[in-house]
Amino acid sequence: MENKIIIAGFGGQGVQSLGMFIAFASIHDGKEVTFLPSYGPEMRGGTSNCSVVVSDKPVASPIIAHPDMLIAMNKPSLYKFENTVKPGGTIIVNSSLIEDKVKRTDVKVLYVDANRLAVEAGNSRTANIVVLGAYTKLSGVFTPEIMKAVIEKKFAKKPKVIPANFTAFDLGYNL
Amino acid sequence: MKELMKGNEAIAEAAIRGGCRAFFGYPITPQNEIPEYMSWRLFEVGGTFVQAESEVASINMIYGACGAGARAMTSSSSPGISLMQEGISYICCAEIPCVLVNMVRGGPGLGGIQPAQGDYFQATKGGGHGDYHMIVFGPQGVQECVDLMYNAFDLAEKYRIPVMMLGDGMLGQIMEPVELPPMKDVSKLEKKAWATDGTGVGKNRRIVNSLLIEPDKLEAHIKHLEEKYAEIAKNETLYEEYMTDDAEIVLTAYGTVARIGKSAVHMLREKGIKAGLLRPITLYPFPSDAFLKTAQKDSVKKFVCMELSSGQMIEDVKLATHMLKPVEFFGRNGGNVMTPEDIVDFITKEA
Repeated sequence: MENKIIIAGFGGQGVQSLGMFIAFASIHDGKEVTFLPSYGPEMRGGTSNCSVVVSDKPVASPIIAHPDMLIAMNKPSLYKFENTVKPGGTIIVNSSLIEDKVKRTDVKVLYVDANRLAVEAGNSRTANIVVLGAYTKLSGVFTPEIMKAVIEKKFAKKPKVIPANFTAFDLGYNL
Repeated sequence: MKELMKGNEAIAEAAIRGGCRAFFGYPITPQNEIPEYMSWRLFEVGGTFVQAESEVASINMIYGACGAGARAMTSSSSPGISLMQEGISYICCAEIPCVLVNMVRGGPGLGGIQPAQGDYFQATKGGGHGDYHMIVFGPQGVQECVDLMYNAFDLAEKYRIPVMMLGDGMLGQIMEPVELPPMKDVSKLEKKAWATDGTGVGKNRRIVNSLLIEPDKLEAHIKHLEEKYAEIAKNETLYEEYMTDDAEIVLTAYGTVARIGKSAVHMLREKGIKAGLLRPITLYPFPSDAFLKTAQKDSVKKFVCMELSSGQMIEDVKLATHMLKPVEFFGRNGGNVMTPEDIVDFITKEA
């Protein structure tokens, strides 16, 4: 098993933390993982992305040319990475901010109205967790229980936000 | 359960567990997580953290602190390391053990802030004035950063020489699972018989110095340094052979690029091309014997040296292999990083 994911969006959309949730889940599950964030002056307000490789074996290259999965949180990210996805791969599109449809016909596409569902979950900042739920379901790499354990651990210091994050996760998972 | 750590933070934690109790540095991207981490972590273990006014000051604080016997380190990135070169030359002449980290970014000049390997010459060939070397490691991932850093101070003190960790921006920023070693007991470290720690007085006074004004004395000292480097080469050279047993094409790279190369090796083997990878872990001393032995194998047709530079390590590869087999170069520059697919394309186009 090797799952290569590129996650991209605006700085502030929780792109990096979404990738880190997957990385933490990997450790929790005894898997190998690399989490490579983009870094630089463009991060605030501009585009932000990260590459995550989850594997049963030690990860060689952390650089991904052709991801198994693309999570596009905004329009420029979809334009930038759509054509890099492996044939047969998956694209998760945040349809709250991207009205365009994916042009590729050789990939699986899931449109997630992440920002609206986040509001529905009771916390507008949980759009990335909605998408994490959708990722967990589509990839099948992690059980929802493991993801929820990671969410609980990461928000241990802010227990008030955990219920909304769980709801957001479920909304994404059960799409 | 392993911990998920960023390269920069893991290096800092491993340094502390390896006995580091002082840090002097000046901020620069992409290594700022090291001083940031050190600023609170050293406080916890009773150490000293100073944000110096410049890199020139930082390296001279290292000279002073380590000259007095402390386990101290600094970290910076390319332009900052350039500023330190005078101090490093002094430190090497005075034989002061210390640890330096260079998370290399694109150069020359202020260059960029993305990953690069353009400081290979500077790190392995001296960099400052005069005849000297440091021990230079090129770790490929976060766990290797931890393993090498943990023992870096012991190694530096064993030979009274600076040890440099030569990473790149990618290595500093990447997060991977790591196992951290236990804290070394710094109270049990042996007192240094040469250090200017205030215990030598009168006739037994100790002097740390890099000025040897008489030619015969300086020549004898340089001879002594040469012997030391030869001893280090004999004892401390490290490298990794990856699927080289039957390889016809031997890729070679250090640091994170070697990881990308390993993925390329897998992809090439799937295409029926017998590829392997030879990875120096110590960049100085360079694993010349391993390269020569590989070059002498009948099965080996050529080497492909991959770097995030215009080609620097390739010179050592050519020297070490005596050019018995062709050595080709594949590089990216300016902060761009090749993908495994780029390497495969390069090699299949050549074949």
